[in-house]
Amino acid sequence: MAETENLISVYIMGKRYEVPASLTIMKAMEYAGYTLVRGVGCRGGFCGACATVYRIRDDARLHFGLACQTMVQPDMYLGQIPFFPTQRAAYDLSQLSTAPATMWKLYPEILRCLGCGTCTKSCPQDIDVKGYMAQLMRGDIAGAADRSFDCIMCGLCAARCPAEESQYNYAILARRLYGRYLAPRSQHLADRLAEIDHGDFKDAIQQLRAADKESLKKQYAERDIEPE
Amino acid sequence: MQYPPEILASLKKVEATRSARIGQSFRRLTPDERQDVLRRFHPDFIQTAFQELRVGPNKGGKTLHELAAVLEARPRLSASDVDLSNPAAECDVLVVGGGGAGASAALLAQEAGARVILITKLRFGDANTMMAQGGIQAADKANDSPARHYLDVLGGGGFANDPDLVEALVMDAPGVIAWLEQLGCMFDKDPDGTMRTIHGGGTSRKRMHAARDYSGAEIMRTLRDEVRARPDISVIEFSPALELVLDESGRAAGVVARNMETEACSYIRARAVVLATGGSGRLHYQGFPTTNHYGATGDGLVLAYRAGVPLTFIDTMQYHPTGAAYPEQLLGQLVTEKVRGLGAQVCNAEGEQFVFPLETRDVESAAFIRECKERNLGVVTPSGQPCVWLDSPLIDVLHGPGTIARGLPAMVRQYKRFDIDMTKEPILVYPTLHYQNGGVVIKPDASTAVPGLYAAGEVSGGVHGRNRLMGNSLLDIIVFGRRAGRAAGDYFKTVTLGQPTLAHLEAWNKTLDDAGVDGHLSPTLLPDYTRHI
Repeated sequence: MAETENLISVYIMGKRYEVPASLTIMKAMEYAGYTLVRGVGCRGGFCGACATVYRIRDDARLHFGLACQTMVQPDMYLGQIPFFPTQRAAYDLSQLSTAPATMWKLYPEILRCLGCGTCTKSCPQDIDVKGYMAQLMRGDIAGAADRSFDCIMCGLCAARCPAEESQYNYAILARRLYGRYLAPRSQHLADRLAEIDHGDFKDAIQQLRAADKESLKKQYAERDIEPE
Repeated sequence: MQYPPEILASLKKVEATRSARIGQSFRRLTPDERQDVLRRFHPDFIQTAFQELRVGPNKGGKTLHELAAVLEARPRLSASDVDLSNPAAECDVLVVGGGGAGASAALLAQEAGARVILITKLRFGDANTMMAQGGIQAADKANDSPARHYLDVLGGGGFANDPDLVEALVMDAPGVIAWLEQLGCMFDKDPDGTMRTIHGGGTSRKRMHAARDYSGAEIMRTLRDEVRARPDISVIEFSPALELVLDESGRAAGVVARNMETEACSYIRARAVVLATGGSGRLHYQGFPTTNHYGATGDGLVLAYRAGVPLTFIDTMQYHPTGAAYPEQLLGQLVTEKVRGLGAQVCNAEGEQFVFPLETRDVESAAFIRECKERNLGVVTPSGQPCVWLDSPLIDVLHGPGTIARGLPAMVRQYKRFDIDMTKEPILVYPTLHYQNGGVVIKPDASTAVPGLYAAGEVSGGVHGRNRLMGNSLLDIIVFGRRAGRAAGDYFKTVTLGQPTLAHLEAWNKTLDDAGVDGHLSPTLLPDYTRHI
């Protein structure tokens, strides 16, 4: 990082640091000298470890983001949410059904949702959390599974919810119910498993295993490739 | 953040050639041409980046300086730091690592009747699994077969792969897809249930199964939820293994774990141990940026090596051809191979194709480097980063508007955060350190040279030979995670442990003394990114 770069002031948990304006919040914290243990994970926007809340001076709004994906701004007041407690129901997926009541029985608090939309506003993935909560209240498991699909379970929705919901835990249950029970079955997969059980590919694999390297190279170079 | 003017001029050339490029795929390289570009441009062939190991099971073998430094280092732990007569916890099978391989191992070990503890350095699920976007291979279509998959894996790996492991990988693959589905993973499907599968680099059939471009995240969060649902599995987060513990007859007997926050060390006693600690991209071999998660520091390799377990293929790393090169904030982050799988072409600064987009990753990366370094036809960003174009808008041209948004939501979101619309503008890419091709030597049941010690996933080596194909890592972690869990779940029932010891660490220190090696401390645990003034 060039030392001549434009430095700006940010406030990490209330303490002021001068950091380059080109950095993400995560890299700015490291630039300031923090060795991160909590609030850091994949560093690529997939794991939800680095949920961050911030305000900008003279701006009344509260902002949300992932520290690894959000740039610093002048006079940013940063606080990370390293851990936030939520409810996770005990269940055995193999014993559940996709009746609408499945969700309500495991998580009766779903029906307490106020529909205020604070969750949607706080989601760094731009997921319509309020929308999938409404679907869950209606028992639309497939709809909620689809709408919540991009959830990285960072917990900002739950942290902000005035109705004390644990939205992302409901969403993963909806997706698992969909994947196991509602998604259309793949006949070709079932067929292939039966063939493997029947021992259909053993000979072909054995022939390849018995072939010398030159023969393998030749077969590889000459193999037909499925068109795009 | 828009592209700066000097880059925009080149972008216009890519747009100008786009319609003429439709249906005009660059030809595949011949075997000789592949070898030539690898030898001259792939980072694995830069001799000065490697050294001979002076101690340990791979003594005399070659590896990268950065890996040698941690393998030849001193233990952080000394025997006086922990009281082995007083374990903090006990279990039948201890899984070290909270990614896809570790979670799979925990589930299968529990099903075999084991009381399981899973420990992980950061949070459960903080792993490269979570970041895998493109998909998982399995030969489950009528025009495909495990034998075809086998040949593709071998060809991609330079015919150096361990055939026993490859057979296990390809034969288990369809069953793995079915298992994941039964746990609730949502794979991309047509309404009639047919899996939507595409090509990856080096595949002869379209066998890449995906869950949009959150494939790894979908698998990881599902496995994690299932682990949490089972009362016989305890998860301890922020507690990496600092060393293995062996009993007096040399069998695995647990680990010493360190609390990342209090730094307290404690002994977790177990009759079998599964190492599922992942890769080592955060060692930044040859100074490359990496796609890997924060904890990928190769700790499992270090622990196993000290305990006498040989490693294999540690002279080859995978550089993913399409790491983000611009904007600077995304440098090194993964642009999934699925972008090319869906039809995006690769272009130089003149808007011309110069390589078939789906060569194997090693060849594709080497071709990018050649285009920039030898032919001088790369784009250079304001920070001086060489790169080439990935013509993402072509996907919507080929398959209809909305294809990118539906199939690559994570990528679109990633770029949108920096005001680049990849559905309309091409993106800039350059190879980034992605994967540790080699690792701990294992057998098909994931067992290692130490009785009771199993290894699965990226920490292990052999199945991918010298280069892994896209979609075979998500497959590898589940196939061998399950095998490790099952084998450890059988093994523990046969074992009565003797006295736990750390004698192998004393022996290791003596080996270093005798060889005159004065290393740093390892395992690394976390990379150091703080600014040093």
